[in-house]
Amino acid sequence: MHEMSIALAVVDQIGDAARSGGHEAVETVVLRVGELAGVVPDALRFCFELACEDTVLAGAVLLTEPVPGRAHCAPCAREWATGLPPHLCCPACEGPAAGLLSGRELEIAEVRWAPGRRAAAHEEA
Amino acid sequence: MCRATDLRTAVLAKNDRSAHRLRAELAARATVLVNLLSSPGSGKTALLEAELALARRRGIPVAALTADLATENDATRLARAGVPVKQVLTDGLCHLESDMLRDHLDGWLPAGTRLLFVENVGNLVCPASYDLGESLRVVLASVTEGEDKPLKYPTAFGLAQLVVVTKQDIAAAVEFDQEAFLTNVRQVNPGVEVVHTSARRGEGVGRLLDRALAVSHGAAVHQPVMATALDGHGHRDGRGHGDGHGHDHGHDHDHDHDHGDEDSHGDGHPLTHEHAH
Repeated sequence: MHEMSIALAVVDQIGDAARSGGHEAVETVVLRVGELAGVVPDALRFCFELACEDTVLAGAVLLTEPVPGRAHCAPCAREWATGLPPHLCCPACEGPAAGLLSGRELEIAEVRWAPGRRAAAHEEA
Repeated sequence: MCRATDLRTAVLAKNDRSAHRLRAELAARATVLVNLLSSPGSGKTALLEAELALARRRGIPVAALTADLATENDATRLARAGVPVKQVLTDGLCHLESDMLRDHLDGWLPAGTRLLFVENVGNLVCPASYDLGESLRVVLASVTEGEDKPLKYPTAFGLAQLVVVTKQDIAAAVEFDQEAFLTNVRQVNPGVEVVHTSARRGEGVGRLLDRALAVSHGAAVHQPVMATALDGHGHRDGRGHGDGHGHDHGHDHDHDHDHGDEDSHGDGHPLTHEHAH
């Protein structure tokens, strides 16, 4: 199950961004996960929670934005939803697709930072 | 106040950068890395043993690194071929990553190695997402695994540059439907070459070696559809997705997206902008 390695990579990158941006806590992480990225969002959520423990991301919520797979045929100038398992030959001419317009994304789209403990204490006072 | 940062960064960017680096370092040593992926029990060790022995007979400098969760059995088997072999134990990790591989090669990979075969952990899911720095990615499936294997594991088969069918000698006994298998491979990876082998009978042994040698001589490798990212106009946009298959920067449109390419986030932290909600 490589979702744990992926969760750790997410936590690692966001931890670095938090340090360089001076952030103390994370509210939400938005990941874009392509239909063909080979990642199971439920497994990733489970691993994410574990990977966040004792880091600046502790308690952060993971949101996943699914990205459908879309392929393109150059001679027919058409595109189609690949589905899963993907159909990577053109439904019209049956030739190979030129490539994917989308579907293999595995990206950190956005991080919403939460007020840190010090800031929260300040607001309460 | 809640602030947000658009990171827009590939989760596996670090591994991708490491793989690009390793590929370049190996190219400088004239070594081609072949990444072999399959399920456990597909017969990849038996085939690899035969290919390594053939390479040795032909005087081609090859080496092999084999990764398993536990035991050194595979290295013991491969070493019978008489070429340098290294066993890597992943201690339970289901795949190799490029940095791990680099550490294992450091100080071991013999000078002058032309082909380095890496037998990845037996698993068709996890290793598929990690570019190791290979120049040829091979997926193996035995005839006993069923014709629908390519559809069940589309990432692995979809990113393969060569598909090897093993245990062909028992195809009839297990009623392997070759046409169905080939149709399924074509659905997820049109144009990829499929070779049929039986290590036991020696059938097709040498094909893998020949393909790897061709790559080391600069032959073009298959570019899978799944590894070819297009922009909104249907042009290749050179986005790297960590699959190690030729990142084509062949056109000069400006892009507003920002992933994968080493140049665009050399520091690994592309904080493109911050905004307040």
